[in-house]
Amino acid sequence: MVLSEQDYQLIAAIQSGLPLVSHPYAEVGERIGWSEAQVVARIGEMQQSGIIKRFGVIVRHHELGYTANAMVVWDVPDPRLDEVGEALAEQACVTLCYQRARRLPEWPYNLFSMIHGRSQARVTAQVEQMVERLGLSKIPHEILFSGQRFKQRGARYQ
Amino acid sequence: MDDIDRSIINNLQGGFPICEHPYAVVAEQLGINESDLLQRLQQMLEKKQLSRFGPMYHAERLGGGLSLCAMRIPEADFERVAEQVNAFSEVAHNYARDHEFSMWFVLGTETPERVEAACREIEAVTGYPVYNMPKKQEFFVGLKFEV
Repeated sequence: MVLSEQDYQLIAAIQSGLPLVSHPYAEVGERIGWSEAQVVARIGEMQQSGIIKRFGVIVRHHELGYTANAMVVWDVPDPRLDEVGEALAEQACVTLCYQRARRLPEWPYNLFSMIHGRSQARVTAQVEQMVERLGLSKIPHEILFSGQRFKQRGARYQ
Repeated sequence: MDDIDRSIINNLQGGFPICEHPYAVVAEQLGINESDLLQRLQQMLEKKQLSRFGPMYHAERLGGGLSLCAMRIPEADFERVAEQVNAFSEVAHNYARDHEFSMWFVLGTETPERVEAACREIEAVTGYPVYNMPKKQEFFVGLKFEV
């Protein structure tokens, strides 16, 4: 899907949130000079093509009581990467799972999974259970809990 | 937060309808009326339980760059470096983590090339190396942030 100048106006118009009114797409259209039908059609196309990954509520997990935010990193041998990545992604407690570039020699980990939990003790126990259940005991891993959050905002697009 | 708020969060993390009266459609599915839904969303935004209500874009498909970066910052220098890093408009969020790699931030840039350039600029300003760890593959996790 090729994006036009107007598309970027639409993208910018809704990036900080959809108006909380009965006809939100009409209000967005008014701001950028489109009809409601045009906005509805174009957002639908952006969803279809994957430019919009998802559309809905974006939660602040910390404020919802998920104060233990853990990044669990794994050093998975390349031949097992897909198998382990898919298995982790299926776990109920895992909210994100990515393969990332290793930065050798200081950083050997290539698989990153996020777990949001209500306490560090609970998250640690969940990771231990996962290791056992999925047979990952030979795969080196570390849990990095978050401390202070310095900045949080969505990425901004022009 | 009551059961209705929880059900709004659990059911609306994706799949918001794109039609003329989207809130009315969702409200009906949840068994409440439209004005109640709008009011509850507004309140959860005000209480900062939600960061926003709307689209989550696929940065790379918008032509931008996105990456996770880490730095090893000694505790004594942490605050100074955090201030310097956060001053970059491309730093979307930044977390301290209890590890030798103590600072973790996401870069969202206008072009893919800009990610590496921003890393070099951050290194120049802070005096510490930036470890850029771009995403190579995403494993599908669905939507399961239950409250």
